[in-house]
Amino acid sequence: MAVDEGLKRELARTGVVTTTFEAIYNWGRRSSIWPLQFGLACCAIEMMATGGARFDLARFGAEVFRGSPRQADLMIVAGTVTKKMAPQVVRLWNQMPEPKYCIAMGACAIAGGPFKEGYNVLKGIDRFIPVDVHIPGCPPRPEALLHAIITLQEKIDHQHFTRLSHPIAREIDERPAEYPIPRLGKHDLEPPANPVVWQPPEPVRSLPIVGQGALAPAKEGKA
Amino acid sequence: MRDVDEPVGAAPEPEPRYKLTPVESAFDQQQLEVSIGPQHPSTHGVFRMDVTLDGEVVTKLKPVMGYLHRNHEQIAERTTYLGTMPFTDRLDYFGSLANNWGYALTVEKLAGITVPERAEYLRVIMCELTRVVNHTCVAGFLLQDLGAWMTPLVWALREREKVLDVFESVTGARMMCNYFRFGGVRVDMTDDDLAVVQKIIDEYPAFLDEFEALMTKNEILQQRCQGVGVLSKELAISAGISGPMARASGVPYDVRKVDKYGIYDRFDFKVPLGEKGDVFDRYYMRVLEVAESLKILRQALKDMPKGPIQDPKTKIRNFRPAKGEAYGRIESPKGELGFYIVSQGDKSPYRYHVRAPSFVNLTILEDMCLGHKLADAIVILGAVDIVLGEVDR
Ligand code: SF4
Repeated sequence: MAVDEGLKRELARTGVVTTTFEAIYNWGRRSSIWPLQFGLACCAIEMMATGGARFDLARFGAEVFRGSPRQADLMIVAGTVTKKMAPQVVRLWNQMPEPKYCIAMGACAIAGGPFKEGYNVLKGIDRFIPVDVHIPGCPPRPEALLHAIITLQEKIDHQHFTRLSHPIAREIDERPAEYPIPRLGKHDLEPPANPVVWQPPEPVRSLPIVGQGALAPAKEGKA
Repeated sequence: MRDVDEPVGAAPEPEPRYKLTPVESAFDQQQLEVSIGPQHPSTHGVFRMDVTLDGEVVTKLKPVMGYLHRNHEQIAERTTYLGTMPFTDRLDYFGSLANNWGYALTVEKLAGITVPERAEYLRVIMCELTRVVNHTCVAGFLLQDLGAWMTPLVWALREREKVLDVFESVTGARMMCNYFRFGGVRVDMTDDDLAVVQKIIDEYPAFLDEFEALMTKNEILQQRCQGVGVLSKELAISAGISGPMARASGVPYDVRKVDKYGIYDRFDFKVPLGEKGDVFDRYYMRVLEVAESLKILRQALKDMPKGPIQDPKTKIRNFRPAKGEAYGRIESPKGELGFYIVSQGDKSPYRYHVRAPSFVNLTILEDMCLGHKLADAIVILGAVDIVLGEVDR
């Protein structure tokens, strides 16, 4: 139960700060997200530029790039995931301790990007691991990565971790401990996607009814 | 044991290139196989090395590639000629403008297109700026591999940002510029942009001096780099090594001087050569080349004429060169970057191949690493200057 706002202000005037354990806990977590040092392709260079002097990822507490997945909270999938690399990415994800987060950086990590046509390119890493924030762009600007980190911080702020306050971060609690690692088969990855995290979009079977809704053809312009 | 169908007089087993240390105990015999990568902070992307170790000494090294095979060539054979231009940006993503030039040069050769004067100058300016950025960052990365964690790299990236500002204001993109067109370039540089370039050139020597004072003369760097990963001149030539790596071994080969493509015959610049061919030479080669690039830039800015930037006769859209084939090459920051295109008169090439310098330079990794410590192998790899987008394509 939250403390009444008026009372809080009243107490603050006398030098007493009231807060919740959860708020402090989340504040600590959000301000020290340690990413995995893991560059796949071109986007990784922009990731490094973000860590550089001008954009300074350290302002958000996320500059401590760790080489080992065991010490990391955040996986930034920065670059093209090929079919040869995808099992490795899932394996790294499995090795990271919970609570962990994933940012898919760049068009390639989201959906295959410019190389989507390629026979060896995975069409989006969200087929195998749960992605928290997607950043579009080829490559996304460093500001976009910063925005993604801020978005992630907001998400962390809204997660509840104490059992006293109800919903426990259900999304994290109900996650499997390990995601199945795909195998590079004869023609494709086997399985081609993890059905728990990704399902192919529903094919659109019926055509939109003419004259209804936003899909109606624009007649006014021509007339 | 011999295979049954092997001829009886087969050649004897070749001498092993690395002789093991004399065995003193059973423990000494143990060879350890370590797989470094594809996720490793020092493999510059998704490169993997299967290293066999005797104690800490490398006795065998097998590079494993293909973790970033993005089907660049196959995609290029299915898209239009112009459509391949943005894909070349993503080959060597540190020097995208150099790749642009290599591809544009090849197609121009194939179709017999001439490039206006001002566009040639713009090309030189952009490409040399790319070289400056690339070499500075490579030095930063190398020092990071040596254990100077982050500081030199962040320093190099700070300088890179200044150049990227120019790229952004001219082409609209920081990294993937997509700037070259067949028979010219896409947009002109304004006088303001040129003034910024001039400012960068004027300020760069001060940065280089500072960088050198701290890095090149650093005792740790010298001890870790000198005499490590020596590449002999003969091996460099027979393995087809190019770029700063070959020049560090004393091979006087620079496509800018050999081919004089574009307008490189007009500039007065030197090609620095190394003596020993070790990692330190390779590092210092890059520092020296930055200084030479600045020289070229200064001359280019001075002589740049006014005029059109695009050959008016070239059709950019629906571009179909006549039947034929062409091989064009340029000196990219990594080495000789070649493109080979076979045209059948269609809107897309029949065959398209990229001769990637870092891929060829990587082939002698084992020869350089044998007999060195594992930690040195990392440094040797760092000095090769690979970009996986280009190695695996
Ligand atoms: S999204 Fe673009 S910049 Fe990023 S890895 Fe893919 S091709 Fe490279």
